[in-house]
Amino acid sequence: MSAPSAPQQVGLIRRFTNAGATTFAVAAAILVLVPLLAIFAYLVIKGIGSVNWAFLTQTPKPPGEVGGGMANAIVGTGIILAVASVIGVPLGIGSGIYLAEYGRNRFGDLVRFTADVLNGVPSIVIGIAAYSLVVVPQKHFSAFSGGVALGIMMIPTVARATEEMLLMVPNVIREAAYGLGIPKWRTTLSISLRTASAGVITGCMLAFARVAGETAPLLFTAFGNQFWNLKLNQPTAALSLQVFTYAISPYDDWHKQAWAGALILIVLIVGAVAAVRITTSRGMLKGGS
Amino acid sequence: MGVGIEVRGLNAWYGKNQSLNSIDMTVAANHVTAVIGPSGCGKSTYVRCLNRMHETIPEARAEGSVKVGEMDVYGSGSDPVEVRRRIGMVFQKPNPFPTMSIYDNVAAGLKLNGFRNRKQMDELVERSLKLAALWEEVKDSLHKKSGASLSGGQQQRLCIARALAVEPEVLLMDEPASALDPISTSKIEELIFQLKQHYTVVIVTHNMQQAARVAEFTGFFLMGSLIEYDKTEKIFTTPADKRTEDYITGRFG
Amino acid sequence: MSDSVDPMNPTEPLGQLPKPATAIPSMAQVSKERKTAASTVLQKIRTSHPRASRIPDSVFAVIILLSAISVFAIVVLVAWELIDKSRLSLHQFGIGFFYGHDWDPVAGSFGAMPFIYGTLVSSFLALLMAVPLSIGVAVYVTEMCPQRLRAIISFLVELLAAIPSVIYGLWGIFVLAPLLREYVEPFLARTLGWTGLFTGPMYGLGMLAAGIIMAIMVVPVIASITREVMTAVPQNQREAVLALGATRWEMIRMGVLRNARIGIVGGVILGLGRALGETMAVTMVIGNRPEIAKSLFAPGYTMASVIANEFTEATGDLYLSALVEIGLALFIVTLIVNALARLLVWSITGGTARVRA
Repeated sequence: MSAPSAPQQVGLIRRFTNAGATTFAVAAAILVLVPLLAIFAYLVIKGIGSVNWAFLTQTPKPPGEVGGGMANAIVGTGIILAVASVIGVPLGIGSGIYLAEYGRNRFGDLVRFTADVLNGVPSIVIGIAAYSLVVVPQKHFSAFSGGVALGIMMIPTVARATEEMLLMVPNVIREAAYGLGIPKWRTTLSISLRTASAGVITGCMLAFARVAGETAPLLFTAFGNQFWNLKLNQPTAALSLQVFTYAISPYDDWHKQAWAGALILIVLIVGAVAAVRITTSRGMLKGGS
Repeated sequence: MGVGIEVRGLNAWYGKNQSLNSIDMTVAANHVTAVIGPSGCGKSTYVRCLNRMHETIPEARAEGSVKVGEMDVYGSGSDPVEVRRRIGMVFQKPNPFPTMSIYDNVAAGLKLNGFRNRKQMDELVERSLKLAALWEEVKDSLHKKSGASLSGGQQQRLCIARALAVEPEVLLMDEPASALDPISTSKIEELIFQLKQHYTVVIVTHNMQQAARVAEFTGFFLMGSLIEYDKTEKIFTTPADKRTEDYITGRFG
Repeated sequence: MSDSVDPMNPTEPLGQLPKPATAIPSMAQVSKERKTAASTVLQKIRTSHPRASRIPDSVFAVIILLSAISVFAIVVLVAWELIDKSRLSLHQFGIGFFYGHDWDPVAGSFGAMPFIYGTLVSSFLALLMAVPLSIGVAVYVTEMCPQRLRAIISFLVELLAAIPSVIYGLWGIFVLAPLLREYVEPFLARTLGWTGLFTGPMYGLGMLAAGIIMAIMVVPVIASITREVMTAVPQNQREAVLALGATRWEMIRMGVLRNARIGIVGGVILGLGRALGETMAVTMVIGNRPEIAKSLFAPGYTMASVIANEFTEATGDLYLSALVEIGLALFIVTLIVNALARLLVWSITGGTARVRA
């Protein structure tokens, strides 16, 4: 036992550092989750009291008056998101297919890179672009221009999700289809994309959820509206815009409505994601891998 | 009915590496021909050239003449998709379409080739599954179970049924039993023996006993060249080439 | 093609074949079934259009290529619109636009310095808080927490990213700001007031509130990237360090964090990109006053907020053009930041370009 050797026991300082680091990591995890729980708690506590029939069916009252609701904003958000999905989902899936099935080259790398760049462009900048591309030529704010802005924002998320999911489809599956004499386009759509569908749909929903609450790009595209509007070429209210306007207003009743609107918005986002999760998992065949 | 295959001067490359050197081979109709050789000898590449699967790999290409029946596989007017429709292929690892039911897996080739008649499709699916000796095991759960839920051996027979459903004239099998247990392997071998009544079968295998059991003809590949090609009995008893003898007696690879 | 002997005269195979299983239909039966109507239809499909598949295949390839080009085109178009619409301001002010302190739309003088300052300070503040927290969460999730908690915590952290910015802002105005005003800011003023960073009237709303709100929003970005690159570190690196007799923290520090550091830096830069462009939440809590103040209690203004607040009210072409120029600057900066981050992250995870060989 007297031969010189490495220390037999882990030193006190090393143990102390280890314990300290562990404590810090645990504390960080807790500290990050506290705001999340706080935000959800406040949304429910402050919002639920103001969600009533009038809130869901009426349009806003003039400033300072008590009552009214956000019916037009809920519908407006629906319209804008529909336009956004019509633009963003096909283009996103299309470019995702390109990246996965054709994009093993310089141009593919360029598109992949641009998609990532587009993903990082601040939403307010996309708003400016949609303003000058759609609002200025049309000469007025519109639901359509808001949809364009949000649609553009959906593309990179959908594209990268589609690419990733398609790359996860084993090549042997494609070979099986080619081996049956199925052309490439058919193989891609009916075999590869179908195999990857659950992931692609999840990606689309994430993109959808991400833009559903977007406000900045709508400020000068959809613009907001105190009244009903179902036309694509007219200024339209949106939940997120309404929450913003009410939150920075000086009226107590509007503050309450802002919380209610925020609650509806988050329920919409979480609900949309959950709904798709459930339907895709139910539609899947049992025993599938 | 099966048709014969005539291969003349077939060369194949992966990028700049040549993986097949002017192969000549005549495959008899309605017989089983085995292709053996050590790993990397080009035997898989060879069968993948027969139905133009080789070129689906980026930077891979093939040149030469392959005639399957009257069809000129590498002719100027030939369409790879059409070629693959007429030459079925079974892969090393079972690869059923994971999101499709058993029925849909077998019917996939038919549906995607524009086949619509439901009643006839039912017939073809049943016939293909019977030919693949899988019918009895799955007939009660055709639509309920996914192809991926079957056992490995069942999956491979499902893949065979899927290939047979589009009524190919030739069936290529690239080490179809290498990922399977012995019982499943023997089932697949029985099946191959039955299938030659209707199809020309070319099977790649690294298992010499398997070649001896199922094939009437055997070709031995080494480093991208066809060294010897003869009746299976001849190859395994009195090979003409020293290298063949070394291989079958286990002196290398 | 019956059992008659072939011209090449094959012999019997060597091995003994087991008897066919009963499941295999008799050949007579199968032969009969081969002559189904379906087969005839199939023959027709098979021989009808020998080259038909090429046209749809190339049409499909073109459609797909077009949608890929659209992604590229959109970015180019966005850049072009920003340059085009800010031309007036670019000509009028030149480079001085970015260090001018004066933002007075009525007098027609526009300097973006207060906004640049506000953006940089609030983003820096956010990173200062978010980086250690994110790395802590990522370390906890990948290396420490029980398997069952792992998925739950990751999900909750990602959920933070799903909350809309405007809801963070709402929460910031009505929950965070009062909390800061009543408790946090008085405490900071007492203890750290001597630094000069925590002095002056306490509004609650201001630079500090903006930094905190943004920190919460940036955590999921940095944490998820960090988790990703940490997971990409091979297990044998961990084992090698543990085998030397390291404690868990030493293993994480030497075996994991050191290997993942470039990727983590990439994640931090990505978080910076997100913070720089963040608009609504910041606009709602920062106070919106174009001033450069040392104290973090004081209100400030950011590039994104000034666009959000003043774009629709901008009267006159020069005013609008100046706002677009701020947008252009924001676009260029986030472009560079994101490009940098992507390159770093890709260098670790290998991108997706090499996933399928």
